[in-house]
Amino acid sequence: MKDVSFGQYYPIDSPVHRLDPRLKLLFLIVYIAAIFVADSFWGLLACAGVLLFSVLLSRVPFGKVLRAVKGVIFLVIFTAVINVLFYAGETVYWSWGIFSVSKEGMVFSAFLILRIVLLVICSSLLTYTTTPVSLTDGVESLLSPLKVIRFPVHELALIMSIALRMIPVLSEETARIQNAQKARGADFESGNLIKRIGAFIPILVPLILSALRRADELGDAMEARCYMGGKKRTKYKKLRFGWGDLAGALLGAALLTGVILLRIYVGGVI
Amino acid sequence: MMNALEFEDVSFSYGEGDFRINNLNFTVGQGELVAILGHNGSGKSTLARLANRILQPDGGTIRVFGETVGEDNLYDVRRKVGVVFQNPDNQNVASIVEDDVAFGAENIGLPREEIGSRIGFALKATGMEAYRHATVARLSGGQKQRIAIAGVLALKPQIMILDEATAMLDPRGRKEIVDVVLRLNREEKMTVLMITHYPEEALLADRAIVMNRGEIVMRGAPAEIFARHEELLTYNLDLPRIGKICKALQAGGMSVSDTLDIQTLADEIAKELACGS
Amino acid sequence: MRIVAEHLTHIYNEGSPFEARALDDVTLTIEEGEFFGILGHTGSGKSTFVQHLNGLIRLPSSLKRAKKRKPKEGLPAPVLRVGDFDLADKKTDFRALRKKVGIVFQYPEQQLFAETVKDDVAFGLKSFADRKHPPEEGEIETAVREALGAVGLRYEEVASQSPFDLSGGQKRRVAIAGVLVTKPEVLILDEPAAGLDPLGKNEIADLLHRLHGDWCKTVIIVSHDMDEIAENCTMSAVFAEGKVKYVLPPRELFKHAEELSAIGLDIPLVAKLCRALSARGVEIGCDFTADGFVKAVLAMRGRA
Repeated sequence: MKDVSFGQYYPIDSPVHRLDPRLKLLFLIVYIAAIFVADSFWGLLACAGVLLFSVLLSRVPFGKVLRAVKGVIFLVIFTAVINVLFYAGETVYWSWGIFSVSKEGMVFSAFLILRIVLLVICSSLLTYTTTPVSLTDGVESLLSPLKVIRFPVHELALIMSIALRMIPVLSEETARIQNAQKARGADFESGNLIKRIGAFIPILVPLILSALRRADELGDAMEARCYMGGKKRTKYKKLRFGWGDLAGALLGAALLTGVILLRIYVGGVI
Repeated sequence: MMNALEFEDVSFSYGEGDFRINNLNFTVGQGELVAILGHNGSGKSTLARLANRILQPDGGTIRVFGETVGEDNLYDVRRKVGVVFQNPDNQNVASIVEDDVAFGAENIGLPREEIGSRIGFALKATGMEAYRHATVARLSGGQKQRIAIAGVLALKPQIMILDEATAMLDPRGRKEIVDVVLRLNREEKMTVLMITHYPEEALLADRAIVMNRGEIVMRGAPAEIFARHEELLTYNLDLPRIGKICKALQAGGMSVSDTLDIQTLADEIAKELACGS
Repeated sequence: MRIVAEHLTHIYNEGSPFEARALDDVTLTIEEGEFFGILGHTGSGKSTFVQHLNGLIRLPSSLKRAKKRKPKEGLPAPVLRVGDFDLADKKTDFRALRKKVGIVFQYPEQQLFAETVKDDVAFGLKSFADRKHPPEEGEIETAVREALGAVGLRYEEVASQSPFDLSGGQKRRVAIAGVLVTKPEVLILDEPAAGLDPLGKNEIADLLHRLHGDWCKTVIIVSHDMDEIAENCTMSAVFAEGKVKYVLPPRELFKHAEELSAIGLDIPLVAKLCRALSARGVEIGCDFTADGFVKAVLAMRGRA
């Protein structure tokens, strides 16, 4: 009801939405590898093409996808400028002290920007098309081999699941406490940094107390429902690998192989 | 009638503060609906946590269907005694309804197909079938609480304890919960222990127990208990509104009974007014 | 302060798949001095409406351009005035408004944060004060003493205690004192008795009556407890699906039992009794309070 959108998930049905979350996670890893292996214009173009295809297939509106980029735009520009200024290239156009602007620096920065943008779009596509729950299941399943070395995979997944359940509860609660303190004259918008940080104490204290109380009650509720750790547990949801997932896996593999071959046989610009 | 739940000389304290429960004795018969009344801090919620050993008693014996509750049969006891707590937001572990309902059944290691059918059964019993794939955060308070009940039902318990499960709900949500609980009690013969503030809810029970400062101070049929008005007040409890109206009419010289039923009271008032004229 | 609202519309998460219309062209006037009840289900828009009254939710026209929402086409411009404050104007001093219009949210004890009751109650006083002339210690103490007194707590007993050591009912009263401390003219309470035991509920009802008499000119309670509205309010408005369905005094409102039940609302116990009696040919004219009912019945008996 309130101004809280749940995670980033964009609730429609599409072939990308239906993919196995494990495939999507692995695809993201492969894709990130591909954009950093790609060192030529053609390599990155191939990466961008695959991503464009995925976005179209997912039917998530372009505006939504670009909004994710908007969030990191300052970071991107900042990194790019720093890189341009500090890159020690050969064809120097301008220099002052330790700063210089070179052709190589500009090309390098352009590649960097493109990589970050592709990376952000691809990871946000994952969160737009995958519910937090299946994302958690995916992570748990992918990490399950680590159980052999006693890594607490089940506990980690349960913590993630509870955290996801509690995000809307706590963000609604934060809004409520913030409103209550605002109604008592609290001012979060003016004053210097220390003052502003101080202004959050009337929100933080009640929020932390409430989170502790909730954790306590949730613990009781879980115990009452026979929770005794991950040992004897079974799982209701099973992830299934389908034809679409196979196609996705092939696409990822093809992309990575492609950019590796490009790098070896064609060579890059950087 | 077999006893579903027995407390025999149970005592408990939190270690700090002066609150303690002393020599608590009561039984709940199989299939009974028992209400537990008491003001905040009277010990009624502690009782719910003792019954399935979330808290351990300092002394005395608690029996579930004749079996003494101890450390070794904890698992068994918790399967038999389900508890629904007060805050609808603090009982779910998953974001999607069916995943949350599955939690208890997964904990006891049931096979997949069985979990699936239990989710179906539990959601049907709570009238929430249509919400199987819904996001818990987007449900109303009453619906969230019905999911909490479903999560307990998925363990197929024989006793259900509601620890002020309606206290944070609006009237519509309260009615949803009461309807579900009454149906479970009447049709599925579920033994229910209902801890509540609301006299209206206590009136639905077969028996009521009043707690004050960790002790049971009154027991009996709900209507009998509410007839003992002055005594209730000393335990910081109050009459239902209709009871107060009866008392006020009596104080004004009318001969109405201590009824808690609207139709009965209306009959009596109508009769008396007609007699007078 | 008179409250005039015209054509208020508010939509949460506009343009997203989770869009929800909380207020839909709401027009409502609340006169100074009323004990006003706003009733409706959770999600009927009543909480959204009251949050407009002290600018926690702003009208589009009062927002800075960066955050501005598009005004609705085809609807007359929304109007919202509280006393002399024009809430549609972005030049309005919203902090001055909040000092005059206090809101006590649901479960207000959850907003307590300070180390002592005194500091917590004084929070509003300090934060509303002019930065250049912070209130003096003596002034703060007097104001806190008065506010605690207004909610029935003794300064000597509780002021230096931690608010977290108090009982549930006491915590709630401290939280209410924290809003009263700036002497608001309008006091809004969202479900003030929610979650309390019967005795705590009675205490809150008594408290509100005292406050309405000698502390705040206008008291507005948001509630879904029909008995609470019938017993306390001089005027009431019913919200359903973001619209105002009725604006009537409770003694008139609860005659509309069928219409209320159609939007899923109940009627107070006394109204039910009157209907049951009416079905038996006995017409009791009363204001639907328990006292009024008993008096009316006894009077009829006296006449008979």
